[in-house]
Amino acid sequence: MNNNKVIEVSGLTKMFGDFTAVNAISFEVEKGEIFGFLGANGAGKTTAMKMLIGISAPTSGQAKVAGFDVYKETESIKKNIGYMSQKFALYDDLTVKENITFFGGIYGLSKKRIAEKRDELIEELGLQEVANSLVASLPLGWKQKLSFSVSLIHDPKIVFLDEPTGGVDPITRRQFWEMIYKAAHNGTTIFVTTHYMDEAEYCDRVSIMVEGKIEALDTPKKLKEQFKVASMNDVFLKLARNIE
Amino acid sequence: MKRFIGFVRKEFYHIFRDKRSLFILFGMPIAQILLFGFAITNEINNVDIAILDLSKDATTKEIIHKIAASNHFSIVDIIEQESSIESIFKKGKVKAVLQFENNFGSNLIKEKQATVQVLTDATDPNMASTISNYITAILQNYQKEVNENVTFNYQIIPQSRMVYNAELKSVYMFVPGVMTVILMLVSAMMTSISITREKEQGTMEILLVSPLKPFQVIVGKVFPYIFLSIINALVIVLLSIFVFNVPVKGSLFLLGFESVLFIITSLALGILISTISATQQTAMMISLMGLMLPTILLSGFIFPIGSMPLPLQVISNIIPAKWFIIIVKGIMLKGIGLGFVLKETLILLLMALVFMGLSVKKYKIRLE
Repeated sequence: MNNNKVIEVSGLTKMFGDFTAVNAISFEVEKGEIFGFLGANGAGKTTAMKMLIGISAPTSGQAKVAGFDVYKETESIKKNIGYMSQKFALYDDLTVKENITFFGGIYGLSKKRIAEKRDELIEELGLQEVANSLVASLPLGWKQKLSFSVSLIHDPKIVFLDEPTGGVDPITRRQFWEMIYKAAHNGTTIFVTTHYMDEAEYCDRVSIMVEGKIEALDTPKKLKEQFKVASMNDVFLKLARNIE
Repeated sequence: MKRFIGFVRKEFYHIFRDKRSLFILFGMPIAQILLFGFAITNEINNVDIAILDLSKDATTKEIIHKIAASNHFSIVDIIEQESSIESIFKKGKVKAVLQFENNFGSNLIKEKQATVQVLTDATDPNMASTISNYITAILQNYQKEVNENVTFNYQIIPQSRMVYNAELKSVYMFVPGVMTVILMLVSAMMTSISITREKEQGTMEILLVSPLKPFQVIVGKVFPYIFLSIINALVIVLLSIFVFNVPVKGSLFLLGFESVLFIITSLALGILISTISATQQTAMMISLMGLMLPTILLSGFIFPIGSMPLPLQVISNIIPAKWFIIIVKGIMLKGIGLGFVLKETLILLLMALVFMGLSVKKYKIRLE
């Protein structure tokens, strides 16, 4: 096993009754990579991700996340990954500081470490003014950034982002991607689902899921060459049409 | 352990920052116990009645005087003919009319028998029968006084004594009931809402992806409610002792133990509800319809189970509140020990285990 591979998936399948939501997907993700996981709604990307983060048991196939098996070692996986959902789920009725403290606490960080992390995060995000305000009062973009930082609080090896930019304006999205780059630069592997094709261009490599299968997987540049188009959006459209 | 404390602290933030939760947790118990204690009562006082005296002799006057002298009734109208009875009832103020027949006094002497008709407004049946009982009692009393010097060949004298609640205070019955309802409300409804809220917000997903184990999440969520429910139970018991003079004859320790058992049963129900509902609203509706209504109606809190139709009596057995009310009444009013409520305690324990087992089974460790 190559130590640089932080996610290794082969033949991973999830069935709901007769319906195959994820159909024998295989791929690998390297350390520090920004891996884009693309697909239309209902293509199976969320289901696939849930199997990788240990909250949904696969029907068949193999997968290792951070070196741990998704069947038997979900507890170890959970300690080594961060997760941010499309709802930017923080507690609205807790202040910024309280949210950070709480999430630091459930990941088992020491009091001292939490305090350090808290001050560091607040300064980095420029939230000093609102550190003691309820999260409910923050604009969506700030919640999103805070939510991302919170998912990194325990310095996970991999962070899973489930459509992290839904409903945010383009400038905020751009800033958010700068945060992602920074995290990747520090060695954190980023696994991100999105259906914004411009975001796909920011990824090191992307996979495109159509109807439960991975139909394409490469760097954005090579994909565009392969499909002889100018943008990822066209790659996606071409793929989707070919299937139909 | 440190994680657990952090989790519980967060839960308390949720509770203390939500005015609605605070009201249900602390306003409701006090409001309910005071309401039931002071306002709602089965006793009758100063009920308005009217008299139709066709005889107007010394005897009827004496009887009327006796009725007026009791503080149960106040005579607000004297009517002269039978035809006015209907209209006086329709006005609604007068709840009963006493009609003395013609020549009441002389009939009594000559024929040893005279009739007084008691007409009651039975739109409120409980009230009507209570009024009629009270008036009958007053009449019988009068008869006894008149016949003091007469000896019958034989006589049956019922001597009733109201054991455990000599003054027939309604609050004796309401305290155990309100305590049951409040504990059920706080434990089952509040927990089911607070768990479904995490689902709705998406934070449950985050918690499940964290290293916290699902049972730690659930225990962390219900723990504050166990604590608050115990405080509630204490407040209710203190209020009933010091405001309403309802005694706790049995062991306070046993009462506490049984309350904790009931709280755990309700919490398990709350968790079960949260596993089958996706939104806070659904959880609330299920709690209100599925738990509160049966708890109030079928537990014997207000309506005696013995007088329900058989199917309802059977259903009442699966309502935890029924058993808890029996236990609380027994301990508070009769002062009985664990030996006498062992059956009820075991039933509650069994229910707690079954509900917990079901919710563990239903609880989706892996979100789909």
